[in-house]
Amino acid sequence: MDKTVNQKAWFLVLPVLLLVAFSAVVPLMTVVNYSVQDTFGNNEFFWAGLEWFEEMLASERMWDALGRQLLFSAIILAIEVPLGVFVALNMPKSGFWASFCLVLMSLPLLIPWNVVGTIWQIFGRVDIGLLGYVLDALGIPYNYTQDSLAAWITIIVMDVWHWTSLVALLAYAGLKSIPDAYYQAAKIDQASRWKVFRFIELPKMMGVLMIAILLRFMDSFMIYTEPFVVTGGGPGNSTTLLSIDLVKMALGQFDLGPAAAFSIMYFLVILLICWVFYTVMTNLDKREG
Amino acid sequence: MDWMAWTWPTAAFFGIIACTLIVFTILAIKFPETPRIGILRIETTRGDRLFITLLGSAFINLAWLGLVGANQPYALILCLIYAAAVFRWV
Repeated sequence: MDKTVNQKAWFLVLPVLLLVAFSAVVPLMTVVNYSVQDTFGNNEFFWAGLEWFEEMLASERMWDALGRQLLFSAIILAIEVPLGVFVALNMPKSGFWASFCLVLMSLPLLIPWNVVGTIWQIFGRVDIGLLGYVLDALGIPYNYTQDSLAAWITIIVMDVWHWTSLVALLAYAGLKSIPDAYYQAAKIDQASRWKVFRFIELPKMMGVLMIAILLRFMDSFMIYTEPFVVTGGGPGNSTTLLSIDLVKMALGQFDLGPAAAFSIMYFLVILLICWVFYTVMTNLDKREG
Repeated sequence: MDWMAWTWPTAAFFGIIACTLIVFTILAIKFPETPRIGILRIETTRGDRLFITLLGSAFINLAWLGLVGANQPYALILCLIYAAAVFRWV
């Protein structure tokens, strides 16, 4: 605890900072500038003060989108994390099948977002898609273009299909790092399978699982392409998540001011959640260390 | 810089943030410090406390705007009290 912190190393980050300045800080500043002004195009701006923030805070549309977004992230985390851990626990630990499984698990991660969206958009269609056609033939009512529940199930299953592998691979890496001695000790103590998981595997996986949860939360919280390609935010507004709503507002309606205010609030929420996760992760590391 | 649509208030806002960061950088170099554990039970340095202050202040301002909706400058007073509390106890 007596060691002082030397912050000079931060100067080494300067080149990256310059790059980030152009790709993130300057655009972010521009968004802040837009958020207090109104424009009708032609690069002419009129001072609006905090009007857009007030409008957005009172906007039912934004709160609804935020609610849907949180629900979406909560559902996919509740499915992907336990499923990923379950898959990792059941993957072979060595040999040909271990490599085979790793490659197989990586495949969905290599597919670009818009392609994943297109795959599921076609897969779920009742006329030509395998899933939609089979469900229809079985007499199960399923039409993601007209039924909100079907649309939600489709985008959730799509996300689970796309990203569970990431959680599984991270959990697998965590499991592989556990020394054999732990298992041997558990065997000597005649620990049950559940107890081995609860007291050896889970604590040892905690660090990577936190990273997995952070990555999946952030990614799902900012998701745009996949649900946009599949449902376009519909039917109605039922799958209009935050970023879809934001793009509709900024590009569709060209309401730059309100969209900028919306973006800043979106950014602040993400920043807050990132900080919470980061703090929890670093504290976990310190406790382990 | 026209395309960035600058206004005086936003320029002043970023100017103050930039100055604060520079001051804290100089402070960190001149007076290196030991991280401490405060009421949040997490280790924080001066920089961490500044970050918590700025992020919290943004939310205080938004909450004031949404709940009270008038006299926004009073929110800044609340932020200053919050900042003092963060630097003292977090």
